[in-house]
Amino acid sequence: MSDELRTILLEQVDRLLADTVTPALLRGLEQGIWPGALWAEMEGLGLTLALVPDAMGGAGLGWDDAAALWQVLGRHAAPVPLAESMAAAGILAAAGITPPAGLLGLVVPGEAGLPWGRRAGHLVAAGGDSVTLHHPAAAQEGRGAVSRLPFDRRTPGPQVAAAPMPATLGPDAASLAGALIHAAQMAGALEAVLDMSVDYATTRRQFGRTIGGFQAVQQLLAQAAGEVAAAGVAAAQAGRSAARRGLAGAEFEIASAKVVCGEAAGKVAAIAHQVHAAMGFTDEHALHLHTRRLWTWRDACGAERVWARRIGTAALARGGAMLWPDLTARDEGAAA
Amino acid sequence: MAGLRFDLRDTPPEAPALRAELRAFLAEAGREWTPMVRAYSWMGFDREFTREVGRRGWIGMTWPAAHGGGERTAMERYVVLEEMLAVGAPVAAHWIGDRQSGPLILRLGTEEQRREFIPRIIRGECAFAIGLSEPDSGSDLASLRTRAERVPGGWRINGRKVWTTNAHRCDFMIALLRTEAQPDPKLKHQGLSQFLVDLRSSGLTIRPILDLVGEEGFNEITFDDVFVPDSMVVGEVGQGWKQATAELAFERAGPERYLSSLPLLTAALDDLRAEPAAAEAVGRLLARAGTLRQMSLAVAGMLQEGKAPEREAALVKDVGNDWEQITLPETIRDLLDPARTPPQVTEMLGIITMVARSYSLRGGTREILRGIIARQLGLR
Repeated sequence: MSDELRTILLEQVDRLLADTVTPALLRGLEQGIWPGALWAEMEGLGLTLALVPDAMGGAGLGWDDAAALWQVLGRHAAPVPLAESMAAAGILAAAGITPPAGLLGLVVPGEAGLPWGRRAGHLVAAGGDSVTLHHPAAAQEGRGAVSRLPFDRRTPGPQVAAAPMPATLGPDAASLAGALIHAAQMAGALEAVLDMSVDYATTRRQFGRTIGGFQAVQQLLAQAAGEVAAAGVAAAQAGRSAARRGLAGAEFEIASAKVVCGEAAGKVAAIAHQVHAAMGFTDEHALHLHTRRLWTWRDACGAERVWARRIGTAALARGGAMLWPDLTARDEGAAA
Repeated sequence: MAGLRFDLRDTPPEAPALRAELRAFLAEAGREWTPMVRAYSWMGFDREFTREVGRRGWIGMTWPAAHGGGERTAMERYVVLEEMLAVGAPVAAHWIGDRQSGPLILRLGTEEQRREFIPRIIRGECAFAIGLSEPDSGSDLASLRTRAERVPGGWRINGRKVWTTNAHRCDFMIALLRTEAQPDPKLKHQGLSQFLVDLRSSGLTIRPILDLVGEEGFNEITFDDVFVPDSMVVGEVGQGWKQATAELAFERAGPERYLSSLPLLTAALDDLRAEPAAAEAVGRLLARAGTLRQMSLAVAGMLQEGKAPEREAALVKDVGNDWEQITLPETIRDLLDPARTPPQVTEMLGIITMVARSYSLRGGTREILRGIIARQLGLR
């Protein structure tokens, strides 16, 4: 997708979410209230099939466009499991299976449930040597301990379709897609949390001036800005690599993004709460609607520890002499 | 985010061939480099090495052919810089001239200055020092007091500069000096000018200052009625502050702001295989390294397009300094078993532990950089 078209799409989705996603809507989600109108609007825009090629009725977006879109979604606390459904459809299509309409659940190995699993019309499993589409078995409803969002156990039922795993997706397709989704959503949520903190620091007054006027607070927020910028770059780089080399070929960048965004989530949420002080610790203030999601996404689809170990194991096996050559060759192999 | 943009860039198509050439050269040149040399990296001064680098066309790579430059792209130059830093090459004898003095002379210097200095910098025969800090002017640089007074045919300089890295080994300094007394501290940024000062001028004394590593890295320079001819003024008299701060994007943007301790990771990696905690810890380091590299490339791309990404550069330097100064050395230290670590790795860790203190000081302290970011966020 061209940069210009992408910008238009991202602005359109950003506007839609800005108009729709109120603190009241986010609180409603935690009561199990499904935002049907918003979901219908997203389906209407063709977003659920955005990663599906034109020829199969989709919008033909790449993983880079998708990651940018998920970042926007994260900026508005990702009120619907659009990213998961979009990735599941993209994986099906890449394997040659026409995605069915409606919400698709992506089954990620090791995950105890699916966000809004109860609403999923179909489940997609993508691991090992096959991609499969299933009717879901009955849902065991639950909710995230920290996010308080619907998080339901739902196992794949009768198989609807199956295809061999394409090489570009690789045997870890679902895990990699899950990590990319949550990295990108964290990058967006981090922007929102930083903006809220800067707004608060420039309005809250103590000692006769705004607290943002104190160097101690400025230094904290500047540090947070560095983390937010790093997270954004890591997520974008992961998306770009996946667009160029497929999910399997982007393992290093996706793993890096999950690590960098996860580390940033920990640091920036801590700074945001320090700046907001007691006000940010209340239920009434909207800050926790974003920070609780950051903490949840940080652990979803593999925490930093899991992805760091993958990168580190590979680097140790290659040895010190190959460390720098490997790091620099990744882009250049792709650009050539 | 708050008007800061980091658009992803690609390294240029020439990069793989250029890297191969550099790696062959550096492997040969680096045979005798001790852990000390590699740990000191771009503060390490080696004229012979610099002349070799110049001979191969890797100084002034982007400069106009009319002055002997290579007319290559800023991104090709970036590849050369990161390859040098990745192995800890001793690049100080050309680093400053290539990074900021040469570009300043090309941009604002007279034709005569360009003809005199640019070809010598390119050959690696004219090493530059940066004359900014003074005994009473560190982070508050604009309060500097070393003055240049008009005299027939030129200027007379009196005062002191300090912390000037490698001045005792360099040929010239670009000094920021006060050409107009400014009693009102609010107007301290006015009345400053930049000069090319021959470090062998009469009346100029350079006293090396031993650093905590045990090296004579930086200096105190005393100007006692030092005469500088009119032809050595750079740019416009009185515009020194604007000129000097425009250089900062170049000074802060480079890969030297996150790669300083990478040679330690490379050297130690093979000794970490037996350590069970190594995989995760090394993975975290590499996740950051790859990300910092993309951030640094994003800033390099903006410079190539003629933008002045001073704030983006400040942010990348801040995040990069944390990694090279704290995260990387602390991680390696935690993982290494002293009983089984080869002496050259232990030595490098020791030197980096000491040298790393300078990373968040040189080129703008962490606190000053965060102040710049805070201003960008609208907090000041």
